Amino acid sequence: MSTDPTDAPLKTTPLHAAHLALGARMVPFAGYEMPVQYTEGVLKEHLWTREHAGIFDVSHMGQARLRGVAPLAAFEEVVPGDFINLKAGKQKYSVLLNRQGGIIDDLMASRPVNSLGTGDDGLFVIVNGACKENDFKVIADELGPQVTIERYEDRALIALQGPEAAAVFQHYAPDAAAMVFMDVRLMTAFGVDLIVSRSGYTGEDGYEISVPAEAADDVWNVLLSNPQVKPIGLGARDSLRLEAGMPLYGHDLDETVSPVEAGLTFAINKNRREQRDFPGAARIVKELAEGPPRVCVALKVLEGAPAREGAEIADAAGKVIGVVTSGGFSPVLKQGIAIGFVAGPKPEPGAILNVIVRGKPQRAEVVKSPFVPHRYVRKI
Amino acid sequence: MRFTKDHEWVEVDGDVATVGITAYAAEQLGDVVFVETPDVGKTVKAGDGFAVVESVKAASDVYAPISGEVVEANAALGDAPETVNAAPEASGWFAKVKLSNPAEVDALMDRHAYEAYLQTL
Repeated sequence: MSTDPTDAPLKTTPLHAAHLALGARMVPFAGYEMPVQYTEGVLKEHLWTREHAGIFDVSHMGQARLRGVAPLAAFEEVVPGDFINLKAGKQKYSVLLNRQGGIIDDLMASRPVNSLGTGDDGLFVIVNGACKENDFKVIADELGPQVTIERYEDRALIALQGPEAAAVFQHYAPDAAAMVFMDVRLMTAFGVDLIVSRSGYTGEDGYEISVPAEAADDVWNVLLSNPQVKPIGLGARDSLRLEAGMPLYGHDLDETVSPVEAGLTFAINKNRREQRDFPGAARIVKELAEGPPRVCVALKVLEGAPAREGAEIADAAGKVIGVVTSGGFSPVLKQGIAIGFVAGPKPEPGAILNVIVRGKPQRAEVVKSPFVPHRYVRKI
Repeated sequence: MRFTKDHEWVEVDGDVATVGITAYAAEQLGDVVFVETPDVGKTVKAGDGFAVVESVKAASDVYAPISGEVVEANAALGDAPETVNAAPEASGWFAKVKLSNPAEVDALMDRHAYEAYLQTL
């Protein structure tokens, strides 16, 4: 799964010109030329999102609608979540599994409805940009003719995140005020049809807004005209999701990692564990019962430089037990934080390990994830 | 002050060179959150990795522009790495090196040449 194919010209999103006009530094990501940062830089963009509202172009992600006679039941053939009982108007996180129980991608799937509760139409799926071609091929191959996949390649995806995001967005989209975390609604705002979820990849309250490509510029500029809103690049998107303890596919998750190892057991519903009817169920049920061979840990680096992807993790005695899969500097905590995998059993919060940075061991404390508390709106 | 193509600067006083990164480099890196300066007493060779400067997103090597022995490291960067952004070519210096081959300094660019080089990037 290359995030930076050199054999193909980079694609652009409908907001490419808007990024250039804002002075963005553009980089290749997931086959697209994307803004890694704007003029203020990663640190300020990160803190702005935690304090106000940040707007993100995530149009590289794959959007599609799955339809069929029983699309929810069919979808369960490739994921371990309970989708048959997914309520209309709700979104659910899940993982696409290979037959060994390894993660092909992580995704959001939902049943968007309008404010009257109608408009339910199959399953709306959002997957990672770098994985989307393979994901939709896997879904098509595994599910066969029982579902059709309509790719939404003519839609942009804009995320508005942060404590002031809701007030800004609800001004233009009053229907969004009735939504709580993981609700999904069809609505008309900015003169176009939107698919809106109250969720995101920062740990903050906010919305992800699927918008027709031709209206993306207008929606982006209208939202950005609010003084609470600044544009945020992929650099800060990465540091925000890391503070929120969320895995990044291709770094923390890959085809060898099971959802149990990754600490995503919440995505394996009880009825599915009993039915054992998803890909790799034998491995996953065994890991749930006995503990997986390796486990995901969250580490605060107590001294020295931030530990980055690839840094070894050693126990207190100096024996290498694992590796950092995502790591960096936390702008909120003002210290290094990291996600990594170590040999099981899972170390308790408070345990002291070492991260090896440029050959030197540095003390790191096992902590509970997330590093920075989530601030989702679960009740109105 | 003299400059390298890797965007380090050198200011010589007697036989000691103060070394840092240029304003251009600091701007490219973005907000500096951590600096690993070299240990005092370490012998460095021109072109060797000499220090590491880290932004939120990435770690970048800083190369020794000249050869010699590290006689002082800027301890203030430990608590205030942001000094590298605020004053990259002054109080944001990284280390002082006692020159073992002062002729190396003459091979570096002067400010005029460095600014002309920046125009080509």
